[in-house]
Amino acid sequence: MNEFFTASVLVATVASGVRLSTPYLLAALGETFGQRSGVLNLGVDGVMLLGAFFGYWAVLVHDNLVLGLLVGAAVGVAMGIVYAVVTLLFHAEQGISGIGIYLFGLGFSELMYRQQVGTPLPIRGLGEVEIPLLADIPHVGEMLFRHSGIVYVAIALVPLLAWVINRTQFGLDVRAVGETPDAADSLGVGVRRTRAVTIIVANALAGLGGAALALELGTFQQNLTNGLGFIAVALVYFGAWRPTGVLLGSLLFGLVTAVVNQWKTLGILSGSTASLGTMAPALLTVVALAVIARRNSAQPAALTLPFQRGR
Amino acid sequence: MSRSRARLAEAAIAVAAVVAAAAVGAIMILSLGASPIDGFSALVDGAFGGRKELADTAIKAMPLLLVGTGICISFRARVINIGGEGQIVAGALVSTVTALALADLPPAMLIPAVLLAGVVGGGIWGAIPGALKAYLGVNEILSTIMLNIVAVQVMNYLLRDPLIDPAEIERGTRIPQTERLSPNADLPILVDGTRLHLGVVVAIVAAVAAWVFLWRSTTGYRLRAVGAGRDAARYAGIPVERMTLLALTASGAMCGLAGAVLVFGSESHRLVTDGSSTGFTGSAGFNGIVAALFGALHPLLTIPASILFGGLLVGANAMQRAIQIPASLVIAMNGLVVVFVVASVSVRQRLRLRLDDLAMLRLRPAGRRHGTTTLEVTTTGKP
Repeated sequence: MNEFFTASVLVATVASGVRLSTPYLLAALGETFGQRSGVLNLGVDGVMLLGAFFGYWAVLVHDNLVLGLLVGAAVGVAMGIVYAVVTLLFHAEQGISGIGIYLFGLGFSELMYRQQVGTPLPIRGLGEVEIPLLADIPHVGEMLFRHSGIVYVAIALVPLLAWVINRTQFGLDVRAVGETPDAADSLGVGVRRTRAVTIIVANALAGLGGAALALELGTFQQNLTNGLGFIAVALVYFGAWRPTGVLLGSLLFGLVTAVVNQWKTLGILSGSTASLGTMAPALLTVVALAVIARRNSAQPAALTLPFQRGR
Repeated sequence: MSRSRARLAEAAIAVAAVVAAAAVGAIMILSLGASPIDGFSALVDGAFGGRKELADTAIKAMPLLLVGTGICISFRARVINIGGEGQIVAGALVSTVTALALADLPPAMLIPAVLLAGVVGGGIWGAIPGALKAYLGVNEILSTIMLNIVAVQVMNYLLRDPLIDPAEIERGTRIPQTERLSPNADLPILVDGTRLHLGVVVAIVAAVAAWVFLWRSTTGYRLRAVGAGRDAARYAGIPVERMTLLALTASGAMCGLAGAVLVFGSESHRLVTDGSSTGFTGSAGFNGIVAALFGALHPLLTIPASILFGGLLVGANAMQRAIQIPASLVIAMNGLVVVFVVASVSVRQRLRLRLDDLAMLRLRPAGRRHGTTTLEVTTTGKP
C-alpha cells in the first residue's frame, strides 16, 4: 500500500483518472442536454461503439486524429437523426427504442470491425497538449494540464453547456419543453424542433466520446465500451441533470477505475479482487440514487413522454 | 372494425418490421460485396434445415423465451427491466453454488434444486431494483443497469478465485470457469443425437404459467391494472408498491431461471465467462426484450417470437461460414427490429383510430340525430 502513496504514483493515478473520465463526461453531457428537453436515450452505448469504430477506422486509414474525432461525432449526428425520427415522428417508447439502437450499434460496429479490420491493429494514440505555464506547476500540472486536446474540450463543454441551458433563449426553450411541453407549445416553442436539436447534439457527443475512447486507447475491439454508455446515462441522474454534477460523477468513475488499475499494477489488488474494485462505482451509484431519490425533484417532468399536440 | 381484423393488422405490421430489418440487412450484405440471397438461405438452412439445426435453435430460443416471459410480466406493470443480464448471472451463480454444495443429491432432487436456486438468485437480483423503485422512487432503468455491472463483476471475482476450477490453478491457465458441475444436475437430453434438453420444456412451462398468472389470476389482474394506470389502480385499492416489487421480482426470477438452464444445459456443464459484460449471457438479457416485444408482450406469443430470434442467432453462424459476413450482422438486425416494432406502435394506433373513425361514420348519423332531438326538446320545453 505504501508504494501507492508516493507523489509520483498518486499524480499519475489522478492524471489517468481525468483521462479515463473523458468518454463518460462527453456522453453524459450530451445525454444531460437531451434529457433536459424530455428525451431519454438508452442507446448511448451503441452510438459510442459506432463512433469508436468509425473514428478508429478513419485514423487507421488516413492517420489523422482530428479527422477520427470528427468522424466519431458525424456518426453520432447520423444516429441522432435516426433517433429523432423514431422518437419525434413515430413517438416510440424511448426506454425500449434505445435498447434497439444499442443492439444495432453493438452488432454493426462488430460487423464492420471484423469485416474491414479483423485484428486490433494499433493506431497512433492522442498526443498530449501541454497548457503553457500551467503545465509546469509541480504535480498539478501533470495531473490537470498535460492531456490530449479532447480532455480540455470535454471539460470546457461543462460551463458551456451550463450557460446554454441556464442563460440562453434556446436553453429556456429546452427546459420548457422538458418540463411542460404543452405549455411551451402553446407559447409557440417548437417542441419537436427543440428536441430534434438536443437529440442530435446528444448523439454527436456520444459518438465523439466513443471516438475519444478508441483514440485514447489507440485500438478497437468488439464491445470496446463494455457498458460505459449505460453508466453515462446513469451519471445524468447521479449529477441531478446539471453539467457540474455530471462532471463530478464522471471524475468519480474515472478516478476509481484509475485507482483500481494502479493497484492492479502495483500488486495491491489481485486479478480477481480487481473485479470487485471495478464494480465499486456501480454499487456506489445505486446507493447514491437510493439516498437522493426521494428529494430528487430535478428530473424533467416530461422525461420519456412523447409529445403529441392536443393529447 | 372487428377484433380479429385489428389483430391481423397488428400481426402484419410486426412481420413488416422484421421484413424491413431484413431488407436493411440485405443492403448491408450487398454493400459488403456478398449475396444476400445466398446469405439468408444459408441462415434459414442453418436455423431450421434439419433435426440438429432445429434442436440448436430451440436451445438458443430457450433463454430468450425465459427472459422474454419475465419482460412480459414487468412491462405489463409498466416497469422497465433492463436488468435481465445481471439477473441471468445472479441465477447462474446461485444455482452453481447450489450444485457445488449439494453435488451428491440424486438427479430427481438436484435438478429441481438448481432450477429453484436460479429462480431465487434472479428473483433477489430483481427484487432489489423493485424495492428501490417501489419504496424509494429510484428509477428502475438505472438501478438495473448498475446491478448488471455489479453482477458481472461478482461473477468475474467468484470465477477467478473462490469458485475457480482447481485444475485451472494447477495448469496455471486460470481460465475463469468452475469445475465440471455434478453430473446429477445435468439437464436430461430429450432427443437422442441432438442437444435438445429439458430446459426447453422448462421455458415453455414457464411461459404458460406466466400467461395463467397474468390473465387468469387476481394478482396478475392487479399487476396489469398498475401498468394500465398507477393512479387509477391506487384509487381502486390495489397496493401499487407491492405490485411494482412483485413485477420486478417475478421478472428477475424468470431471468435467473434462464441463467440456471444456461449453466446446466451447456455442453461443458460448468459456469464459464470471458470477463466481458456479455461473455456468459450472450446478450440474452437484451435479446429477450426483442423477443417479448415481437411477441406483443404476451408470454404465449413470445414462444414463436423467441424461436424466430433463436433461429436468427443460430443461422447467423451458418451465414458467416457461407458468405463470410460476420454473424454480428444479426445482432444489428435485432436492434433494427426493436426500433421498427416500437416505432410501428404509433402507426398501429393511428391505423386503429382511422378504422374506428370509419366505424363511427356508420353509427354516428343515427346517434347524432337522436342527440339533437332530445336537446331540442329540452331547450324548447324550458323557457
